[in-house]
Amino acid sequence: MAGSGRGAWIPHATLLAGLALVLFPIYVAFVASSLSLGDILAAPMTLAPGPHLFANFREALVSGTLGTSGQGVARMMANSLVMAMLIAIGKIVISLPSAYAVVFFRFPLRRLCFWAIFVTLMLPVEVRIIPTYKVAADLKLIDTHAGLVLPLVASATATLLFRQFFLTIPDELAEAAKLDGAGPWRFFIWIVIPLSRTNIAALFVILFIYGWNQYLWPLLVTDSPGMTTIVIGIRQMIGTGDAQTAWPLVMATALLAILPPVVVMLTMQRWFVAGLIEPEK
Amino acid sequence: MERRVIFSGRLFPILLLTPQLIVTIVFFFWPAAQALRQSVERQDAFGLSTEFVGAANFAGIFADPAYLASVEVSFVFSVAVAVLALMPSLLLAVMADRVVRGANLYKTLLVLPYAIAPAIAGVLWLFLFNPSFGIVGSLLRRVGIDWNYLLDARQALLLVILAAAWKQIGYNFLFFLAGLQAIPKSLIEAAALDGASASRRFWRIVFPLLAPTSFFLLVVNIVYAFFDTFGVIQNVTQGGPGQATQILVYKVWYDGVAGLDLGGSAAQSVILMAIVIALTAIQFRFVERRVHYG
Repeated sequence: MAGSGRGAWIPHATLLAGLALVLFPIYVAFVASSLSLGDILAAPMTLAPGPHLFANFREALVSGTLGTSGQGVARMMANSLVMAMLIAIGKIVISLPSAYAVVFFRFPLRRLCFWAIFVTLMLPVEVRIIPTYKVAADLKLIDTHAGLVLPLVASATATLLFRQFFLTIPDELAEAAKLDGAGPWRFFIWIVIPLSRTNIAALFVILFIYGWNQYLWPLLVTDSPGMTTIVIGIRQMIGTGDAQTAWPLVMATALLAILPPVVVMLTMQRWFVAGLIEPEK
Repeated sequence: MERRVIFSGRLFPILLLTPQLIVTIVFFFWPAAQALRQSVERQDAFGLSTEFVGAANFAGIFADPAYLASVEVSFVFSVAVAVLALMPSLLLAVMADRVVRGANLYKTLLVLPYAIAPAIAGVLWLFLFNPSFGIVGSLLRRVGIDWNYLLDARQALLLVILAAAWKQIGYNFLFFLAGLQAIPKSLIEAAALDGASASRRFWRIVFPLLAPTSFFLLVVNIVYAFFDTFGVIQNVTQGGPGQATQILVYKVWYDGVAGLDLGGSAAQSVILMAIVIALTAIQFRFVERRVHYG
C-alpha cells in the first residue's frame, strides 16, 4: 500500500519532475535577473546565478527602463497594491451586508435581488468590456481609482460564499441575540462578522490574487503612467521583444510581480486552501 | 435551504443590499444592455448617427472568415489548455496522495502558479522560448527544429497554450488532491485485499469517484482559457502571427479598441455572453447533482 514496498520511489520521482516543470520558468527568471544583458544574449544562457542581482532589482525598482519612460517598478507595485487591496476589501465590504440581508430577512423582491446578484457570475468584465468602458467614460471615471476598481468590485462569488456560511449559523444564536434585545445591526457586527473571520481571510487571499493579477480592464481604463500597474507595465518594458529589451530588468520585474500574491498565499495558506475548495463542495 | 429565525424590517435589508445593487446595475446590467442594443445598431464612421440594423452585425460576424478563424483558434486553444492543465495535475495529485514525507512541501510548491498572473506567466514562457537566446528556444534550434514562434502560426499557438496551461496546474492539483482525499480509504483497501492491482484500483474505483471533480475542473479550465488568458496572448504574440492566436476575447478587444467597430464588437460581446451563460448553466446543473448524490 501507500509508500511501502517496491516502487515507493515512483511518487517522489513524479512529484520532483512536476516540481521541476512548475519551478523551472521561475528559476530561469531568477537567474536572468542576476545576469547582465550580454550574459543572456550569449546563448545558451547559464543556469548559475550571476553577480548583478541587487543592482538589477534596484535599477528596475527605482528607474525602470526606457519603455517605462523613467517610471520605476516600485511605483507600479504601489499602484498594484492599491488596486488589489481596494478590490479585495471592496468586494468583502459590499458582499457581507448583502449576503446578511438575503439570509436573515424576508422582504419584498428578496428573490429578485438575490438573482440580480447571482447572474453577474455570467457577466465577467471581459465580455462586456467596451460598453463598460463607455459607462466609465460617461461617469468621468477613466484613469481614476474608482473607475479602476468599481466595475470589478461587484461579484456574485463573495456574496454566494458568505450566504452559504450564514446559512450554517445556528438559529439558536440569532434567537438568543433577539432575547437579549440585540437588533439586526448589533447581531451583524458583534456575532456574524466575528464568526466569519476564517471565511473573510480565505476570501481575502483569493480576491487579493484576483485583484493583483487583473489585466484587461486596467489596460483599458488607465492611461497615465502614474496609474500603471506592474502586470501592465512589464509589457512596456518588453517592447518588440528583441535584443534591445533590457531582459535582466524585465525578469526582475516579473519576479517582483509574482512576489506579493505568492507571499499573501503562502502566509495565509491554511485559510486559502479551505476557502478555495469548500464552496465547491 | 431557508432560515427559521429571521429579523423583521423592510427598509434595513434594502439598505444593506444597496451598495452591491448599485454597482451591479451601473457596471453589469447597464453595459450588458448597451452591448445588446449596440449589437443591433450600426454607427457611421464619425459616430454622429446610429441606425437599427437588426441581425446584420451578427450576420456580418458569421460571414467574416476572420471571425470564424478566431472561433476555431479559441476552440483549439481552450480544449488544449484544459487537457494539458488537467492531465499532469491529476497525475501529480495521485502521487501526492500517496506520499507521506514531504507532502506539505510538494503541495506548497506545486500550488505556486495559481498566484501568478496569466500576463506574467506569458512573459516567463516567452523568455524561455525566445528563438535567439531563450534557453529552450535556442536549444530547439540547435537540435535542428526551426523554432520561431514569431513567424510560425502553429508554434505561436503551442507557446500560448503551454504558458496558459502551466498557470492552471496549481489550481487543478489542489482540487484533484482534495477529491482524492475525500475517497474513503477503506474502499481502496478492500479492492487491494481482493487482489486488484494498483492500476485496476485507480481506473475502476478512484477515477469514477473523481469524475465529478474532473468534470467541474474541465468547465472551470475552459472558462479560464476563454476569458482569463488575454494577458498571455497580449504579452506573447499579440494575437499573431497574422491572427493565429487571436482568441475571441482578444478579438472583441482588438475590434472594439483598435478597430473602433462598436457594433461588430458589441455583437461579439453578446455571443461571448451566450457562451458564458451556457458554461455557467452546465456547471450549476452539475454542482446541483453533486449536492444530491454526494
